[in-house]
Amino acid sequence: MMRASLAVLSILVLSLTFGWAWAQDELVLEGVEPALSDTLPPDLIPPAPAAGLTAVDYVDNNDSGNKIDLSWTTSPDDGDGAADVTGYQVWRSETAAGPGDTLAFVAAGQAGYLDETAEPGTPYYYSVTAFDGTNHSDAVSFGPVAGARNWFTATRAAVLVLVSVFFGLVLVFTQLAERGAKLFVRRIPGLNAIEEAVGRATEMGRPVLYVPGIGEIDNIMTIASLTILSHVAKITARYETPLIVPTARAVVMSAAEEVVKEAYAEVGKPDAYNRDNIRYLSDAQFAFAGAVNGIMLREKPAANLYLGAFWAESLLLAETGFEAGAIQVAGTAMVSQLPFFVTACDYTLLGEELYAASAYLSREPKLLGGLKGSDWMKVVTIVLIAAGIIMNLVGADAFVEWFHTS
Amino acid sequence: MLRRRLPLLLCFIAGLFMAVQYYVPHHSVQSAYETLLLWLQTLLAFAFLLGTVSLIRVHYHKIRNKAADRGFSLVMFAGLFAMLGLGFFHPSHHAPGSPFNLMFLNVQVPIEATMFSLLAFYVASAAFRAFRARTLEATLLLVAAAIVMLGRVPIGEMISSTIPEATRWILEVPNLAAKRGIMIGVGLGMMATSLKIILGIERAWMGGGD
Repeated sequence: MMRASLAVLSILVLSLTFGWAWAQDELVLEGVEPALSDTLPPDLIPPAPAAGLTAVDYVDNNDSGNKIDLSWTTSPDDGDGAADVTGYQVWRSETAAGPGDTLAFVAAGQAGYLDETAEPGTPYYYSVTAFDGTNHSDAVSFGPVAGARNWFTATRAAVLVLVSVFFGLVLVFTQLAERGAKLFVRRIPGLNAIEEAVGRATEMGRPVLYVPGIGEIDNIMTIASLTILSHVAKITARYETPLIVPTARAVVMSAAEEVVKEAYAEVGKPDAYNRDNIRYLSDAQFAFAGAVNGIMLREKPAANLYLGAFWAESLLLAETGFEAGAIQVAGTAMVSQLPFFVTACDYTLLGEELYAASAYLSREPKLLGGLKGSDWMKVVTIVLIAAGIIMNLVGADAFVEWFHTS
Repeated sequence: MLRRRLPLLLCFIAGLFMAVQYYVPHHSVQSAYETLLLWLQTLLAFAFLLGTVSLIRVHYHKIRNKAADRGFSLVMFAGLFAMLGLGFFHPSHHAPGSPFNLMFLNVQVPIEATMFSLLAFYVASAAFRAFRARTLEATLLLVAAAIVMLGRVPIGEMISSTIPEATRWILEVPNLAAKRGIMIGVGLGMMATSLKIILGIERAWMGGGD
């Protein structure tokens, strides 16, 4: 009896347990969302194709003829319409017949691809299909197109033409000057002040400080500064006034040594040249500024000339020189530094006046020709700017486009 | 004669090549251009030695001649040789925490930052002088500067919404026009100077004379 009761009880418990578990399974199954793929029919509709495929030889600044630039208009289903385009497949073939090999997959929304694996001179046919994850659209094709090793950047033709015109003007006026034509050059007070400043230093028996900027020797402002240094050195040599030239670049120091030594020799004072006055201080911008300020305060030059490429150290130098009571002449083509020099110096050469200094000081006809050429090129530039405005207003954009470079 | 003509010839060839390479994208020309730039880097590295020799010579002469400020020369030598020694003889001198690195970060960098921050005081003292309304031009400068400074801080907007607008106009119309005018002149001046140097018309940069 007892055993039977236990057996019935066991069967009851097992049944209840099994039934509960089965009910739980049912509940769990009922709670699960069926997968989308189980409910939707497969996508059989391909996306709309891309359009307007073009391919052109791509010319960059290291052209090996291996680049073809592809561009197209995206599929109407890319981000719009069915909005199911996931990307584009780019194909390349050497025959017009087939799509050829897959070149790349490009993400949806992009309308171009740069093929950098082309063989120079080999004609290619390109195709692009839109892809929605399942289906490809019809292909849009273009070809043949071949990459070439280019010898001229066509987009820079405008620069070449204008530079040629400018160089032509410079050479014409140089020739005219050599034949004795009188070329008027306006007075530049800053350049006239250089001799006055050196004279004052001589009267006071104090040195002249010439800072050629902190640009490297490949900076044209530094070169222009060295040409002015040559003239300044001749004046200081004549007056036998010490000339201190601190530099921030070792090559500039070497060049400055040659320039000053040569200038002293030219005016017959080679013995007055002191090599220790052409000094390399530091390549570090503010270490250089600190060292030059030290020279101003300890050696007390009566004239400070800052001519060349300057950055943030310009005001540190000019303001210290002002506090030290020196007569100061500055000149730079760094537009952002000009206000500092104008504020702290007695005279400032603005931009192009720095480049005019050599011709102005020497009055050599050949150099004056360059100045006249620059002036006439400014006239050409003004005319072109006016023409550009008019052409843009009348909708002739091709004129302005021609001046765009890349 | 050769001492004069050879540098001029080299200058002409190199200058012409540098001008031409701008228009020629062919990889052979561009490779040659890259090589020339590498040569320049090599040249500059060697020139650095010349600079160091000059620095040592000038300060050695000051100490030998017992110049009044020779103490600074001794400090220069101490700094130069300490950094040279730490750089040459300490292994992994670039590693964080190395003596060379510590000296650079804790001496050189703060000193340079101090020099740079001095600019704020220099700008203030220079501006004080520039803004004295002694002439018509200086008065115009003062008015323009006052508008621009006010337009760049929140109080300008609080006073009147016209001030930031006027600031923008000053910077983008008269200021930009003047800057562009200067830059066109600078560009033409640079090209004219380059042409004169390439053609050997301008020779003062290599010591002058013929």
